[in-house]
Amino acid sequence: MSYIEKPVARHPGMRTNALGLTPRDYEGSMSTLCAGCGHDSVTAALIQAFFELDVEPHRVAKLSGIGCSSKTPTYFVSQAHGFNSVHGRMPSIAAGANAANRDLLYVGISGDGDSLSIGLGQFLHAVRRNVNMLYVLENNGVYGLTKGQFSASADVGSKSKRGEVNRQGPIDPVDVALTLGASFVARSFSGDKDQLVPILEAGLRHEGFAFVDVISPCVTFNDHVGSTKSYAYTRTHMHEVVETDFVPIMAEITTRYAEGTVRAVTMHDGSSIRLRKVDEAYDPTDRAAVVDFLAAARERDEIATGLLYLGEAGEDMHAFSETVETPLVDVPFGELCPGAAALDEIQKAWR
Amino acid sequence: MQPTDTRDPQYYHRVVDCQWACPAHTNVPEYIRLIAAGKFTESYLLNRKSNVFPGILGRTCDRPCEPACRRGRVEEEPVAICRLKRVAADLRDDVRDFLPTAPEVKNGKKVALIGAGPASLTVANDLMPLGYEVTIFEALPKPGGLMRTNIPSFRLPVEVLEEEIDYILDMGVDIRYDHRVESLKELLDADEYDAVFIGTGAPKGKELRIPGREEADANVHIGIEWLEAIHFGHIDSVGERVLVIGVGNTAMDCCRSSKRLGGKDIKVMARKSRPYFKASPWELEDAEDERVEILVNHSPARFVVEDGRLTGMVFDLVEWNENEQGRLVSTKLDETFIPCDDVILAIGQDNAFPFVERDIGIEFGEWDMPVVDRSTFMTTREGVFVGGDAAWGPENIIWAVEHGHQAAISIHNHCQGIPVIERPPYGMNLVSTKMGLHEWRYSNDYNPADRTAMRYVDLEQRIADMKIEAELGFDVKQASREVERCLNCDVQTDFTAKLCIECDACVDVCPTYCLTITMNGTEEQLRSRLVAPADNLEQAIFVSEALPQTKRVMVKDEDLCVHCGLCAERCPTAAWDMVQFDLLNPHAGQGTWPREAVPV
Repeated sequence: MSYIEKPVARHPGMRTNALGLTPRDYEGSMSTLCAGCGHDSVTAALIQAFFELDVEPHRVAKLSGIGCSSKTPTYFVSQAHGFNSVHGRMPSIAAGANAANRDLLYVGISGDGDSLSIGLGQFLHAVRRNVNMLYVLENNGVYGLTKGQFSASADVGSKSKRGEVNRQGPIDPVDVALTLGASFVARSFSGDKDQLVPILEAGLRHEGFAFVDVISPCVTFNDHVGSTKSYAYTRTHMHEVVETDFVPIMAEITTRYAEGTVRAVTMHDGSSIRLRKVDEAYDPTDRAAVVDFLAAARERDEIATGLLYLGEAGEDMHAFSETVETPLVDVPFGELCPGAAALDEIQKAWR
Repeated sequence: MQPTDTRDPQYYHRVVDCQWACPAHTNVPEYIRLIAAGKFTESYLLNRKSNVFPGILGRTCDRPCEPACRRGRVEEEPVAICRLKRVAADLRDDVRDFLPTAPEVKNGKKVALIGAGPASLTVANDLMPLGYEVTIFEALPKPGGLMRTNIPSFRLPVEVLEEEIDYILDMGVDIRYDHRVESLKELLDADEYDAVFIGTGAPKGKELRIPGREEADANVHIGIEWLEAIHFGHIDSVGERVLVIGVGNTAMDCCRSSKRLGGKDIKVMARKSRPYFKASPWELEDAEDERVEILVNHSPARFVVEDGRLTGMVFDLVEWNENEQGRLVSTKLDETFIPCDDVILAIGQDNAFPFVERDIGIEFGEWDMPVVDRSTFMTTREGVFVGGDAAWGPENIIWAVEHGHQAAISIHNHCQGIPVIERPPYGMNLVSTKMGLHEWRYSNDYNPADRTAMRYVDLEQRIADMKIEAELGFDVKQASREVERCLNCDVQTDFTAKLCIECDACVDVCPTYCLTITMNGTEEQLRSRLVAPADNLEQAIFVSEALPQTKRVMVKDEDLCVHCGLCAERCPTAAWDMVQFDLLNPHAGQGTWPREAVPV
């Protein structure tokens, strides 16, 4: 961590967005993570995504559990709402908050320990419930906070800093999300913001549960030769399957891809995601084919990245539960709490 | 782009904007840090090494460093560099034991300097320690040149001036007062000196040839002559209503002097509007604070004399417009009469070389000025050098000092049989400032404080006496506040490409978006491809060697870096380091610089 605050000095030519805010207005406090931590790059990518999408900071809710990853929400959009919950329980808190106020933009930040070990059940149910949120899993394959033991996402054969080799098979969160029916599943790399930022933007705009697994190297405990989650290994083994571009509503479409190879998916608010398949055979809308493709890629020691699967969002948690359209905070108190007599009436129905 | 060669001293030198802008390349950030540490004497001596007159310049410098100061780009107001220099001078202990001394045994070479202004004094300062026998010929009874005669004592107290001049003269300079050199030919023909340096300044105030000038002569004064007369006590009063013609720094000294000599209604008459004023903004401010009125777009038309006495001046009221060639031309709208008792002309200065014969091998060029080589300061006659205002017309003291340093190098070369074009090289020291994980040998925390305002003696009191210095200078508290505004631009972000793992930590943390990792390209491409475009073409961009993992390059726009060191703090592999850059200025008698201190 640094002892000084980030200087308030600003680049005079800094861009502003539609709200008149600069990227620096989306920052949080100084990171206390290790220097070079991938999570800080994810933070920077989120800052850029919020800035580009002209998000009002006070309309954002940041949620997390415990772990290095879960410290991240402190470091972006300091004017947003936030809740740092118990280890692995972020999905429940996110679901609860979303149940009470469906109008906020929910961003859950978790890690491989938080989501794939102690909170695996929570994670699964958030996918299953289709909570409308962006779920970012900062995946580094180790428990950094407890000095670098293998986590549940460590690959077989990956070496720890002390030279031990991992023998237990990993849980692949992308696989898990796909098989449980998530409608937006992506994998990216903290060291590749060109790819990560559009994916985060698309995820924030996706109506429904948007899952992004971000390989985010632990610079202290898992960035050595023999690790399969190091900067160097990820760079040499990652394979971008689908290039993603996010085009906000109203923006002129100036995609970096040649026409004809692009498939545009229009979002509920009129913005669009433009996907360019790098592999001819790859179809990012065919769930079963994606699962097969990923299994094959794993066999080849290839880290498939990009917006791997995008489907119709379907019914979300609110639809399943038939909740009111209005956030509870905006429902008049008399209606929200009609009193003991009304409760008696309801209870009569079950007697 | 090719990787930047940061081991060329000029690359990092360019990053230190103040030092780069300073003609004498004073190490500003280091002397400010020394002030911050309370080491006023050390700070003074560091200053003296390059600018020779810290006490004088701390009050009178034209401050080319301040408009260049990076603080002015990331905020609005630059660091008060000049007045901090004065702090070092004001609060220093006795420095005499640390000053250069002349050796007992001389080297057998004699040098004559004409005029005892800042240029000549600097030459003496540089040559005396090398064993030269230096003689200065000064027309006036006291040394200092324009520093003495043209700068009023309410801006520069005589004691400050004399103390710093004495530091030089006390090395044993043979100075001959009241000795005006009437013929350079005679001096050269006597063959007594191995080299002659002309530092006679630009001593002739410009005349205003308009109707009525002769008739009004008793009450029309030439600015610099008038100031000199005040200094030597020949003039001690002025009329109640004074018009100062011209709006340069001399005009400011004239109007403020008038105020102190009993003038009540002082007007500065400018032909153009404010953006075209020659005077430094702070000098204009000081004058206006003393209730001097500045009238714009008044072009002098004629002097009005009644019964043999000046009663006022008629001015054309003009409007300025650009013509097709883009030049400003005036259109007369009207005219106006402004009554006055005295007029002071401060419309510029000319050089004059009546003592230089035109047949002694010194070629004269345009404007009847001697042809002087820009880097060697030598005329077309070997062994005769020119510097200061005498070389290319009026500049300011700090330029004269730098001319003096360069001329001293040439004179030394000339006397030692080394070609004058062989200039000694610049060198540098690069030393890491890393003290611990996040501790540096400099204060890297950005202090958002505004520029510290100068304190002045109460207005009534200060205009009552010519000798009262108007500015009080910063006290310790103000100085310790102002020093923290310095961004330490000499503490450089030094990058080692082979250590970089491309984690983006530096790029992400940089508060002014200076850093980008991208594919290499042409300079134009790179400049536009950065996180924040690098629009200041004056400031170089740094391009690293190809990075190990992706073969991309690290690019840094030096323009707005605040040297907070966060890139280095957030770097997991110490690919970034904060290294202190110390420019080693070439000076007379110095050969090569040691290379050991520069890590490869």
